[in-house]
Amino acid sequence: MTKSELIERLSYNAGELNKKEAEVVVNTIFDSIGNALVNGDRVEIRGFGSFTVREREAREARNPKSGEVVSIPAKKTPFFKTGKELRARVNNGTV
Amino acid sequence: MTKADLIERVYLKTGFSKKESAEIVEMVFDLMKDTLEEGEKIKIAGFGNFVVKGKASRRGRNPQTGEEIEISSRKILTFKPSQVLKGAINGES
Repeated sequence: MTKSELIERLSYNAGELNKKEAEVVVNTIFDSIGNALVNGDRVEIRGFGSFTVREREAREARNPKSGEVVSIPAKKTPFFKTGKELRARVNNGTV
Repeated sequence: MTKADLIERVYLKTGFSKKESAEIVEMVFDLMKDTLEEGEKIKIAGFGNFVVKGKASRRGRNPQTGEEIEISSRKILTFKPSQVLKGAINGES
């Protein structure tokens, strides 16, 4: 399912919500989560999961083509932890 | 940030009532959960992909007793953030 399919299904399921409105809702949700993460905040959606930002330490790596050692700077990466309810549902209802 | 904050943002952005905003936000996550439960992946451009993956069964060990146990095969949900989101978090525009 893509974002536009999610928007279509939302508009269909919600009845009184037209596509334009559904689009605003879906964009608002993902923009808000993204902005919170950019600000270093944690986002917790009960029953779904939580989004946090994890720090990756700087490390040395090798360019596999040239064999040259390159240093990779520390960076941040978004991390999603699946909530209990969803984890069980994805695994056919079993924990 | 919690679901209540998301509802507030939707309320401010759309002009729906708080009750309607709450119902709609709930509906979005319900749709996503239903889709993932079916094993279907979700691709949100500019944000990331939610993908259900199968994990094979493997031998594990109870770390407390050292006893060998069988860890059954299972399905797990993974999130792969988009380059756009990763870039934004690292202060790239």
